[in-house]
Amino acid sequence: MIRATSQEQAVAPRSGDERKWTRQHLLDVDDLSGDEIGLLMETADSMKEVLGRDVPRVPTLRGRTVVTLFYEASTRTRASFELAGKALGADVINVAAGGSSVEKGESLIDTVRTLQAVGADVLVMRHGSSGAPHLVARHVRSSVINAGDGWHAHPTQALLDLYTMRAHLGDVRGRRVVIVGDIAHSRVARSNIWLLSNAGAEVTVCGPATLLPAGLRSGDPPVEEPQALPRVNVETDLDAAVEGADVLMALRLQKERMTGGLLPSLREYATLYQLNESRVARAASGALVMHPGPINEGVEISPAVASSLQSVIDEQVTNGVAVRMAALLLMCGVKTG
Amino acid sequence: MIARTVLSAEEIRRAVRRIAHEIVERNHGLADVVLVGMRTRGVPLANRLAEAIGEIEDASVPVGALDIGLYRDDIASRAPHVQPTDLPMAMEGRTVILVDDVLYTGRSIRAALNALTDFGRPAAIQLAVLVDRGHRQLPIRADYVGKNIPTALHEDVDVLLEETDGHDEVRIAREEGEQ
Repeated sequence: MIRATSQEQAVAPRSGDERKWTRQHLLDVDDLSGDEIGLLMETADSMKEVLGRDVPRVPTLRGRTVVTLFYEASTRTRASFELAGKALGADVINVAAGGSSVEKGESLIDTVRTLQAVGADVLVMRHGSSGAPHLVARHVRSSVINAGDGWHAHPTQALLDLYTMRAHLGDVRGRRVVIVGDIAHSRVARSNIWLLSNAGAEVTVCGPATLLPAGLRSGDPPVEEPQALPRVNVETDLDAAVEGADVLMALRLQKERMTGGLLPSLREYATLYQLNESRVARAASGALVMHPGPINEGVEISPAVASSLQSVIDEQVTNGVAVRMAALLLMCGVKTG
Repeated sequence: MIARTVLSAEEIRRAVRRIAHEIVERNHGLADVVLVGMRTRGVPLANRLAEAIGEIEDASVPVGALDIGLYRDDIASRAPHVQPTDLPMAMEGRTVILVDDVLYTGRSIRAALNALTDFGRPAAIQLAVLVDRGHRQLPIRADYVGKNIPTALHEDVDVLLEETDGHDEVRIAREEGEQ
């Protein structure tokens, strides 16, 4: 060590923002730290500024390749990732399972290895089986972003929902969020429960007992495993659940649940669990109405509520692009050796 | 880290005032001039310049903030940390004075020039920096310089400002053990 001369002195390094994104993959939201969530949200703010420009395009990811690989139908998520990649200057290739070598019987691992070999830096993937993106992440050097896997997780949807809430309500700590619908089969609900709970919101899930996940139905033994969902309020009466709520989020009712014998009729479901004007009126004044889309108007949400001033459904879609740009940007900044 | 002070708070104040005078002298009338600070520390410097110009000329010069994170060419080697760009008006036809704390390799300025042209076609772009430490890697020079400070490559120039760091000081720092 060299001793400081007379006019030299020991000092601490100049302070700066030391938060760094170190994750190679975005597979779930259950383990995101507060700093990581904050960094994603702030980066999304900057992305929103880019999207507001006359020419919403920056050259940041020029030369990078984003591949969307969708084994399930999707309009908004796929289009949103494609726009996000293009706004950042990346090349975007869309691969749908139908019409690709998947139809010739190519395995998932072979497909993603092929996509990696053609130069995919980021693989955005949707699959009907829970955990498929986790499996893929173990076999490729590319970054993997989970765009929905089975009933398990839909991280970017939850992140854009949180982003939209923060834009209107500020910090969501202590805010009451009601999620109504088919909680048991919904990756959107699961990811929102994790993310909103981590962010300090008070989450209430509401739906008929047949559509609540195991562990949340009354009479179920408590689930104490680490992968169990965080503690939420459970309510089967929507009128009681919405009382004083800050956010009302309806989930899409998948009609195939009817054939499964879980619901008596669409009409009965609509009577008991539809977000309608009288229910919105019981919530806190100015409460946000949200829906991940696509909407079954007249089933889980009434047309009047879906298009009301309190509805931020269109904004969710716009914010989705900004949040996905943030995710792509942060992933591409991580060295993968 | 050990450091020595190369500009005191008073010297920074004087440098800012001198640059403000030079800007006024060179841009007669200041009609289309806009100051654009580069995040982070270029922004408070741009605000100080605007204030100093206001005292000299009784003119109000608009100030904007530019983030170059999305225009850097080294995304793979440094985690991107971006903040929104906030410009008060279209850059079309304006005389833009870019303001940064330290001019070093010139790569940040290159990125800033690319970023600016995404907001329109300025009539001219000038560059004001508090410190020029040398070691350019691109053909870029500053129009206004607070102080030229020769440095070695292993040294860091830290600009500390009241608004971001609690006090005004420019210092040269190096890791202990480095000659």
